[in-house]
Amino acid sequence: MKRQAPFALVFIFGIFMVIQFFVPHETSENAYEFLLDWIIIIGIFALALGIWSLFKVSTEKIKNRKEASEYSYITLIGLFVMMAFGFTQRTGESWGLYFIWILLCCACIVALMTMRASVDQGKKRMWAIGALVTLVGAIVVAIFDDAWQFYFTDPQGFENTMFRAFFDYVMMPILATMFALLAFFIASAAYRAFRARNVMASLLLLAALLVMSRFNPYLPFAEYVAKASNWLMNVPNLAAQRAIVVGIGLGIVGTALKVILGIERGYMGKG
Amino acid sequence: MQAFEKLMMLDRRWIFLLLIVVCVFTYVFDFSIPILTEPETEAIYNFVDSLPPGDIVFIAIDYDPNNMAELHPMTYAVVEHCWRKELKIIFTSLSQNGPGMVDQALRDLSDSLAQDRTYNGVEFKGREIVRGVDYTFLGYKPYYAIVILGMGQNFRLPFSNDYYGTPLDSIPMMQGVFNYDQCAGVIDLSGGNITDAWISYGQGRFGFPLFLGLTGVMTAQYYPYLGSGQVKGIMGGLLGAAQYEELADNPGRAKDGMRIQLSAHLVIILFIVMGNIGFFASKRRLSKEGGA
Repeated sequence: MKRQAPFALVFIFGIFMVIQFFVPHETSENAYEFLLDWIIIIGIFALALGIWSLFKVSTEKIKNRKEASEYSYITLIGLFVMMAFGFTQRTGESWGLYFIWILLCCACIVALMTMRASVDQGKKRMWAIGALVTLVGAIVVAIFDDAWQFYFTDPQGFENTMFRAFFDYVMMPILATMFALLAFFIASAAYRAFRARNVMASLLLLAALLVMSRFNPYLPFAEYVAKASNWLMNVPNLAAQRAIVVGIGLGIVGTALKVILGIERGYMGKG
Repeated sequence: MQAFEKLMMLDRRWIFLLLIVVCVFTYVFDFSIPILTEPETEAIYNFVDSLPPGDIVFIAIDYDPNNMAELHPMTYAVVEHCWRKELKIIFTSLSQNGPGMVDQALRDLSDSLAQDRTYNGVEFKGREIVRGVDYTFLGYKPYYAIVILGMGQNFRLPFSNDYYGTPLDSIPMMQGVFNYDQCAGVIDLSGGNITDAWISYGQGRFGFPLFLGLTGVMTAQYYPYLGSGQVKGIMGGLLGAAQYEELADNPGRAKDGMRIQLSAHLVIILFIVMGNIGFFASKRRLSKEGGA
């Protein structure tokens, strides 16, 4: 029963979703909307599970003293501080004790993580007391400081200067830098890989040079290079990509049928 | 080691160094390069340009800051064009960090739209961009495929409120706007596989005109949909954004970045040519030595 019930659910809902796609009746649409709501609700549970998993993995790293485990503190402090910014906003001009509250929250997270990672019972107790004290301090500040407040139901936190500043001046440059590094690796890889070793490699090299030069207006035949590049994208590339897309599509249909019919059981954990 | 072998085995740090020097040099010295436009980008420009004032365009900002170099200029160029044409925009962001990108673009563009400007010989008076009148930002929800399908039924299904917490029913521009049927088209600016969902679940099921703005590496992958008519136009990478700016006569970040990209590509081409010269020369030397 424990194994058959999930298979039955997958079969019923899988078949329903396939049939529903072709039935534009109101009842069918209502049932479909109801299922969409369910998927979003389940998704939100997955988010909570993800945060718990991140916390667990990070503390495990510290506990086992893995290489660069100190970064786990930064990961979790970053996560919770951004959450704290996103749920709070000042009520007037002054921030009051807001930054002390943020510091107390950070201290509480560090204490909690270290407590979970400690093996020695004495140290565990000490960090637990530390976490409790900082938590109580944070709660006291939150209750008695009127300069700012929590907004859980309306999105005032998105207007929080700290939330925006951290996104604009920390998050954006970090992610943009990570991606920008690709340019250097692509340059190095292109230098090593694009060698005219045989006919196929020569064709690849020629296509790459044409596509890279397509927007170079200083080339003697810039217009023709652009046209040749456009032809490459619209004819050979399109033909190859279309074959891949159709292949993938058929593969997806095959896999979906296997899941619906209970042949593919990998999603149950143990096949 | 022979000179030709050295050419083939150049330490990659030299490549990095030359690339950074060229990028910094071209960034510091300001010069503009002519941009050749392509039909794929012209299709998007013509679509926006042909719409009458008051029409609604749906723009999905589905990228994170890591793609901002290529896709943010597209957002700025397309959104400014729409607003100068007095079109209304519904924004969504189905990528986790996308709302921050939309938020930043809205702040910058609201300032820019307040200025009088002349584009392609047409004078546009500066005006205030009003939330709820000129645009609605629906925000982010997880599970993009489900959200795209849900919006096809009614925008209120996945998003009962906008990003700022206002119920959609009390937003002026959303009166009588229920789903994609009330939008002239969808422009998806994406740096990931959310685009597949827009094609399969969005365009495939609801049949709206779909236009794409993609990163350079993704572009080739989506040409089949252009050929089949499922996608009406594609802006590819920074070049696509620069082409849009060129067509809109609104030079901005993309045209500015193109001179740097062009120089970087020239460096890459130079290294490829050098590597191949080394390869053929050493091959020739080896065959000569073998023959002797």
